[in-house]
Amino acid sequence: MTAKSKPKLAVWKFASCDGCQLSLIDCEDELLAVTGEVEIAYFLEASRAVVRGPYDLSLVEGSITTAEDAERIRAVRRVSKTLVTIGACATAGGIQALRNFVDVEEYIAAVYAHPEYINTLATSTPVSEHVYVDFQLRGCPINKWQLIEVVSAYLNGRKPFIPTYSVCMECKRRGITCVMVAQGTPCLGPVTQAGCGALCPSYNRGCYGCFGPMDTPNPASLSEWWLKGLGVSTADLVRAWRGFNAYAEPFRKESEAHEHV
Amino acid sequence: MSMSRTIKVDALARVEGEGALTVTVRKGELKDVQFRIFEPPRFFEGFLRGRRYAEAPDITARICGICPVAYQMSSVHAMENAFGVTVDGPLRELRRLIYCGEWIESHALHVYMLHAPDFLGFEDAIRMAHKHPDAVKRGLRLKKAGNDIVTLLGGREIHPINVRVGGFYRVPAKREWMQLIEELKWAREAAVETVLWTGQFDFPDFEQDYEFVALRHPDEYPFNEGHIASNKGLDIEVRDFERHFEEEHVARSTALHAVRKTAGSGRQPYHVGPLARYALNFDKLSPLAQETAKAAGLRSVCNNPFQSIVVRSVETLYAVDEALRILENYEEPDRPYVPVTPRASTGYGASEAPRGLLYHRYEVDADGTILSACIVPPTAQNQKTVERDLWNFIPSRLDLSKEELTWQCEQAIRNYDPCISCSAHFLRLELRKS
Repeated sequence: MTAKSKPKLAVWKFASCDGCQLSLIDCEDELLAVTGEVEIAYFLEASRAVVRGPYDLSLVEGSITTAEDAERIRAVRRVSKTLVTIGACATAGGIQALRNFVDVEEYIAAVYAHPEYINTLATSTPVSEHVYVDFQLRGCPINKWQLIEVVSAYLNGRKPFIPTYSVCMECKRRGITCVMVAQGTPCLGPVTQAGCGALCPSYNRGCYGCFGPMDTPNPASLSEWWLKGLGVSTADLVRAWRGFNAYAEPFRKESEAHEHV
Repeated sequence: MSMSRTIKVDALARVEGEGALTVTVRKGELKDVQFRIFEPPRFFEGFLRGRRYAEAPDITARICGICPVAYQMSSVHAMENAFGVTVDGPLRELRRLIYCGEWIESHALHVYMLHAPDFLGFEDAIRMAHKHPDAVKRGLRLKKAGNDIVTLLGGREIHPINVRVGGFYRVPAKREWMQLIEELKWAREAAVETVLWTGQFDFPDFEQDYEFVALRHPDEYPFNEGHIASNKGLDIEVRDFERHFEEEHVARSTALHAVRKTAGSGRQPYHVGPLARYALNFDKLSPLAQETAKAAGLRSVCNNPFQSIVVRSVETLYAVDEALRILENYEEPDRPYVPVTPRASTGYGASEAPRGLLYHRYEVDADGTILSACIVPPTAQNQKTVERDLWNFIPSRLDLSKEELTWQCEQAIRNYDPCISCSAHFLRLELRKS
């Protein structure tokens, strides 16, 4: 890279709601500063101009749900020096990964008026099941401050500082009374990675796991608490594990452990 | 010049999601127009089955990161309809308020970041910012004011966490609003400027005869409530939507195409969104919004889809005005939500997403488990109208260079602010086991 050329940023979309890439445009106060430091080389939601790769940093939103997309993500990897997945869809398969727990192939064939129009894989899988990923940014949606941290870390050749401890840490730091202990409200905070700022407890509700499993979680212990301590039904417990990060391994295994009990 | 050519835009830019356009011209004649949505289906209506009623607002929000509040609102209204609960007073006002926030952020995003670059000849807003820095900064700050409302009331701007069936998990105290009120006073001025700014753009002469469909309410510009009405005589209850409208499964799109079923003229395309709301509800806009619309050269009905950018700006102004009215009169409710008791029933809800009418229906069993769901988003409803616009738009422009015609066609699609990620998520999983 010469002193004059700016690093090229690309934003790619797979199966998703567009919310995580919108987080970049939602950096209203920082957007023009960021675009002063990087060349937005490929970002279809924002621009019809396309600059050819290779790209210094690729942000990938969305999960892989079609055969074409499984090919496309490999092509994206080939033209990207650094590839970062953004959000629960790209890092864990997203809410659409709920299909992974049912037999979708048979489902669709039995169900559609025109099954031949439908072009989809039986599963929704994270990008890391298909290509090497340099960094995974969690969240449904991602936190825009964490996004800025990741972008600036890679532009400066350092590792992003993204904590992997649980939501409980953020809750304690904010001085929020524990909703589970004080009110008996079921909360996934103890096993969910921080990043939202303990949003749900601060609004008087239990965490529902947007940021996926923390580093070394203990979901089995939390299930025990919910079932025995709070009287949550097994069906509700399974539903709770099967949310926006249902296919992330610790949550997936825990839901499967209780599914047929 | 030789007039056999194909115009293909493989991936439309500055729309939310993945769409493509193919236009075929043979011997100087327009032969085919295909606006395709190839966003992979995500099967929301499939996996909503078996979930709890209380999960519907959080799950359906994930259909669209640009308008999650719309999904939350249509779903909570449908559930409340199923359980026979009415939410009124300050809680109802707060729902209008969070919707104002979403309209402001979504409209400002489209007007400034996605659509204005077409009129001023830029590939995107970032390039536009070099020439028009003040306009882009105004747009970003206006968008932020909308996001601030959603964030304060919803917890965060994308996929807010505070909306529940019956109301909210927690309602903010009055003092938390104060800073927001000051910023919204600035936003009101900025919104007036936005209307006048977009009003000066050059618009192609392209008046169309649409059937406009939107909610209509006796006392207010519609967000959450009203009858479904049209300028061609339709006036129905929300629960009767599926009797008058139908979705077709078309090969080229992963989104279903909605049509209006009419007695005389078969299945007809129709138009939802800002132009439709405006045409049916001009009388309910605030005086400032009405005056500014007129000053920008609009009449009380606008049939030119290219002017939707002006109408979207007028709606932004209305939303700021309405947010200020609600905040200045806000009294804290005595409880954050009305308790609900599930019962076996079917509930219907419709609200006005930034892009137009958003219909939800849920069948729920006695303990509150969802048995079936039906969601009809605005872009699916506009798909046929977008194609019809292109059929009418292209023939008189066949002399343009391919590049120029391509850009103009893209612009004609962007008139609808299509939210393709929403519309493709609705391939229906109808279980018919024999």
